[in-house]
Amino acid sequence: MLYAYFYLIYNNKSKKITRVMMKMKRLTFKKGIHPKEFKQITENLEIKEVPVPPKIIIPIRQHIGAPLNPVVKKGDRVKTGQIIADSEAFVSAPVHSSCTGIVKNIGDYPTPLSPSDTCIEIETEEKEEFDFDLNSNIDYKSLSKQEILKLIRRAGIVGMGGAAFPAAVKFTPPKDIHIDTVILNGCECEPYLTSDYRTMLEFPEKILEGLKIIMRAVEAERGIIGIEDNKPDAIEKMSQLVDNESNINVQAVKTKYPQGAEKMLISALTGRKIPPGALPFSIGVVVSNVGTAAAIYDAVVKNIPLYKRVLTITGEVLENPANLLVRVGTPFSFLFDYIGGFLDEVTKLILGGPMMGIAQFTPDVGITKATSGILVMGKRRVGKEFNCINCAECVNHCPIFLVPTKIVRFAKSEIWDKAEDYGAMNCIECGSCSYMCPSNIPLVHWIRVAKSKITEIKKSSGK
Amino acid sequence: MENKFNLILESSPHFKTKRSTPQIMYVVILLLLPMCIAGVYFFGWAALIRILLSLVTALLTEFIFLKLRKKDISPVFDGSAAVTGILLALTLPPTLPLSDVVIGSVVAISIGKQLFGGLGYNIFNPALVGRAFLQAAFPVDMTTWVKPFYFNLDSITSATPLGGFKIDGVSTALNKLTLGNTGGCIGETSAILIIIAGIILILLKMADWKIPVSIIITVSVFAGILHLLDPVKYQDPLFYLFSGGLMLGAFFMATDMVSSPITPFGSIIFGVGIGIVVMVIRVFGGLPEGMMYSILFMNCFVPLLNRYTKPKIFGEV
Ligand code: SF4
Ligand code: SF4
Repeated sequence: MLYAYFYLIYNNKSKKITRVMMKMKRLTFKKGIHPKEFKQITENLEIKEVPVPPKIIIPIRQHIGAPLNPVVKKGDRVKTGQIIADSEAFVSAPVHSSCTGIVKNIGDYPTPLSPSDTCIEIETEEKEEFDFDLNSNIDYKSLSKQEILKLIRRAGIVGMGGAAFPAAVKFTPPKDIHIDTVILNGCECEPYLTSDYRTMLEFPEKILEGLKIIMRAVEAERGIIGIEDNKPDAIEKMSQLVDNESNINVQAVKTKYPQGAEKMLISALTGRKIPPGALPFSIGVVVSNVGTAAAIYDAVVKNIPLYKRVLTITGEVLENPANLLVRVGTPFSFLFDYIGGFLDEVTKLILGGPMMGIAQFTPDVGITKATSGILVMGKRRVGKEFNCINCAECVNHCPIFLVPTKIVRFAKSEIWDKAEDYGAMNCIECGSCSYMCPSNIPLVHWIRVAKSKITEIKKSSGK
Repeated sequence: MENKFNLILESSPHFKTKRSTPQIMYVVILLLLPMCIAGVYFFGWAALIRILLSLVTALLTEFIFLKLRKKDISPVFDGSAAVTGILLALTLPPTLPLSDVVIGSVVAISIGKQLFGGLGYNIFNPALVGRAFLQAAFPVDMTTWVKPFYFNLDSITSATPLGGFKIDGVSTALNKLTLGNTGGCIGETSAILIIIAGIILILLKMADWKIPVSIIITVSVFAGILHLLDPVKYQDPLFYLFSGGLMLGAFFMATDMVSSPITPFGSIIFGVGIGIVVMVIRVFGGLPEGMMYSILFMNCFVPLLNRYTKPKIFGEV
């Protein structure tokens, strides 16, 4: 007993305090919360590749920006990696087939982001054929900035941390702006999720090369990889790798939610603050998720489009939670069948993490490029909502320094201009306020309502 | 796959802290208990009866008002009415007529809370509204004090330390003040207990430390300056700090979440304001106590403070 106890303490210690971290100052931002992490469920599980499911449902709206049009027809035979939907618009990224097979249908299906949206259903074939050269190995240093961006766009890369903003657009700042820093986001501050962590442990070289490619594309002088200090082995691994890179370093940041939010991470790492309403460009920074960097490496060097991604499927009610390499469009239900049963009734199925994820009404939706995790929650007590008691917990933890309770009061009484005065539009929907509220008020929900109302009003009044 | 899905749709976040509003209220009650016990120890059954009476009346009033307003009656048990009832009792003289206790408690809940719209909507601390009403309606009852352990003594009336000093120039030994062995309200006399309970409340993050700290600092500075100017006329700061419900007010009344500011800077101004007003009342005004009025006075400014101390949005210059 006693031995086991000491063993545990010892192990914990040796894991927490590694060589690199001893030397490293840990940076952070102000306010925020410390939710329980639940990462131990999957953090030690290696990434497993999931077989090709019999049918794949690929949503064609997967990114923020212009909608795509299908470029294949029902009955067409498609190869793995072939573009199946695209757009002429600048702010867009094509979608590729993630398998070889026959297009069975193009029509409306539920998607993780909407109850009904255009999807392409493909019946898969056993024998796989690829639309790209499996043996390509391009030296990105021989490519120009434009060529790199073109490859990134062609591969359909979007922000894989959840935002799904087309990467090539992100790396094309307005003409007069110089980007000096590229930040890779390895925080993974959402509880439960471990897909970025596993990627850092298993594919660190890809991430580093991806970062160098991005730095070349935006002509930045330095690169920083920010990792939360609850992932000491990832910090160690990445640090060893960048040891002889003069302009790239790995920086530990404090484990605090929402450390991985773009604004928070930039301020922690560089001390620069994005002004309200502005983009990271404006302060000379671009941020990219570590998973995205790995995908960029695949896209530029290996010529592989983004049709697979790593995700965490987790939750206490799952018998076998896992970190999986999954093809885009694989239905959730197929993944559940693949990993095995449930221990209890499922009451919530969440795309993403518990703080910002989106609740799903059916397991028959296909994963998207930005699906970093699937969280399955069992029975739980639903907290009753009380009146706001002005406890100020929401104010004290909002990383954006808003006064959520005020915004919500204005939203509830439909005084939209006041809600805007109180900065509703700056809310990053991180959920810290709702998390803390003792009265169980769905603050973020109301702020979202206010945001969409304010946008609507602005649009109708012609800006 | 067996049908294991019974999905609900909710907006994020999908999990949250365990802390709840009733939990906060019940912890406050728990931390008020030592003061209740001290009150009963010093003033006997009379104190116990008044605490219980005030508590029960508060709950009943809450119930009746919720019924009248055709609302769900479950908030009766959210603990907030109980807190008000107990707090009110702690600020009453131990021998106040029972009818007064009932009236005070009814006023606290009805006018102080329900008329504003119930939990969370009141501008003033309800317990103090009740007490202010009693002070105005029954000034004599509210200023009749007894000595501790009066039930064993022959002469039973007493002045409070502040009243004694203000009116008769009698000062009270500091150790009596801190331990609570003086005349005064049921739960206000033992400053030591209040401070300990208050610190626990703050450590549990159920009270904003900025409020009591800024009150105490302001009072100390204010009284300190006066004492330096004229040590005969003005007592030393500790006397002001440890008497007249200042500690109970600072730790348990001014920190009432509903009626105190929500912005960090607002809380500090609020505390400083209370400190100044209470000293002005005590030193220059006609009233020896003053904590009650100063808190009520500053409560009025909370909406204003919240508006003008709105924190600067991240990245704003
Ligand atoms: S108001 Fe918005 S930014 Fe602030 S804590 Fe709530 S969700 Fe996060
Ligand atoms: S956390 Fe909830 S109860 Fe507290 S002030 Fe904010 S909205 Fe009100």
